[in-house]
Amino acid sequence: MNRTRNNPLADDLVRPLFHTSVWFYGAVLVLATVVLAGAAAWGYQLWYGIGVAGINWPVFWGFYLTNFVFWIGISHAGTLISAILRLVNARWRRPVTRCAEVITVFALMIGAMFPIIHLGRPWLAFWLAPYPSAREIWPNFRSPLVWDFFAINTYLTGSLMFLLLPMIPDFALVRDRSTGWRRRIYGALALGWQGTTKQWHRLESGMQIMAIAIIPVAVSVHTIVSFDFSMATVPMWHSTIFGPYFVAGAIFSGIAALIVAMAALRKLLHLEAYLHPVHFENLGKLLLLMSLLWAYFVFAERLTVWYGNEHSEMAVFWATQRGEYAPLYWAMVVCNFVIPFPILALRQLRTIAGTVVASFAVLIGMWLERFLIIVPSLAHKPLPYTWGDYAPQPVEIIIMVATFAAMILLYMLFSKFVPIISIWEMKVGNQPHPPVVTEAEDELAGLWRARP
Amino acid sequence: MKAVYALYTDPDAAQLAVDALRAEGVAERDIVVMSSEPFEEYEFSHRDKATWLHWIAGGGGLLGMFAGYLLTSTTQQLWPLVTSGMPIVSTWPNTIIVFEMTMLGAILATVIALFVTASLPSRLSQLYDNAVTQGYILVGVDGPSDELAARLDRALASVEGGQVKSIA
Repeated sequence: MNRTRNNPLADDLVRPLFHTSVWFYGAVLVLATVVLAGAAAWGYQLWYGIGVAGINWPVFWGFYLTNFVFWIGISHAGTLISAILRLVNARWRRPVTRCAEVITVFALMIGAMFPIIHLGRPWLAFWLAPYPSAREIWPNFRSPLVWDFFAINTYLTGSLMFLLLPMIPDFALVRDRSTGWRRRIYGALALGWQGTTKQWHRLESGMQIMAIAIIPVAVSVHTIVSFDFSMATVPMWHSTIFGPYFVAGAIFSGIAALIVAMAALRKLLHLEAYLHPVHFENLGKLLLLMSLLWAYFVFAERLTVWYGNEHSEMAVFWATQRGEYAPLYWAMVVCNFVIPFPILALRQLRTIAGTVVASFAVLIGMWLERFLIIVPSLAHKPLPYTWGDYAPQPVEIIIMVATFAAMILLYMLFSKFVPIISIWEMKVGNQPHPPVVTEAEDELAGLWRARP
Repeated sequence: MKAVYALYTDPDAAQLAVDALRAEGVAERDIVVMSSEPFEEYEFSHRDKATWLHWIAGGGGLLGMFAGYLLTSTTQQLWPLVTSGMPIVSTWPNTIIVFEMTMLGAILATVIALFVTASLPSRLSQLYDNAVTQGYILVGVDGPSDELAARLDRALASVEGGQVKSIA
């Protein structure tokens, strides 16, 4: 077996790091402009106060918290899916894992920004940190917001490590192919990696442990985000189903984001030889499963509320079913179930284009779901005199659009500086199995030879 | 002689080279194998397999759990504040913090132990050859005596397909 036959693989996957097209610079310029517009909008909000946003009594949580929950949900694309696939040793995972893990890290970073933007006075964000103070207010470990602080930071730390550790051998590969300043930078990032048997063992054992540890953390993160709502006695929030409902929704939107990202990478970086239709088909099957699970949770939640017929909850229920929020609610159902279900259920439609269409629908649907969980409930609290409305203002819309641009920009820059597909894992996937013949196979072969 | 090594494109040949070095009496710990990917199916990659990483991760988790317990219960008692009628030391909410700290402890312990046991970060050893990341498997010995180096040179060359090199 000639090991150097893997060089075309490494050449292909390293090429984007050394060659940059004009389109890349153009896209970076456009995206950076949008991100700067978002920063300017935030600056405007800081200067004039939080009143420039649409959030007001009684709807104190609007677009910002919707986006917070949405992005934390998207973050479940990567590390969780990658960890599960790693543990079950799914061979098809190899080209997918890093694409997925990157989404987690950037989505978490973007998601974690929203509570700070929402504060209005971000310079007081350190109050979230658990430190004892003379004010005798903190630490309050009974607050779900403090739980968020711990959960998100643990998940971000774990996800960052889960992403960075397998990148070390690839940094070494790029180091050895580079000269000048690149060699120095990648040399520093490679940490002196040489690929000794000991280093490989430690890396693989470490990744195995990390995969085991990160799964419960990922589940806990979105469960805790759901606790931000379910711990409050607000109509349709105070529900025991919220934990698993949020986790399922997060994985659902996460897989959709992963499919879209993979399709874009495949097209833009010419990775057709590595990201095959079968990867999209398998992820499409997972998306179908999550779509069914999502529909099951929504039905269970809605039926329970409707059957209970509790006044304050029914106000929210009808506002979403046939009231002012009905168009958004039914759009959510169409995006999360009506569109993806037939596309993903029919094998002929479960193509790359099909899964991408279904994924875009799911991303829109899941954003709407987050909005519909937050706003209608706050707008219809138990006493009708407290009812109100919410309309997003330009500042909120610009900041939201800017975060989507920031996500794409960060992803593009990452794929420019790091091989977006783990090269060494792909090489392992290409290893032919040695001709190991088990006793049973030997016996069978003997019987075959001895047949009459 | 500073080092002697050979580069192979075939893991089967690398396995034979490791066996040849053993036959020359080289101690297991002195044989160096470097590759651009792990070869789980080959015996040479099973050297150095014993690790305490799992136990260290568990220990880190326990440490994190203890830190989480202290952080919550101690600070709650030092700054007692009744919230929503809950006890000052509230076990249910504290469990969440303790859980997160446990997992954080396990993750950090794993990463630190991985870096320490894999000798990262470190300088590239003199034995290292850029050909490793091109797909070659390096089998060699660092710092053999001149007499041993000549024997090792022959042993490595006896395996077909190898490029034997030495660093004087």
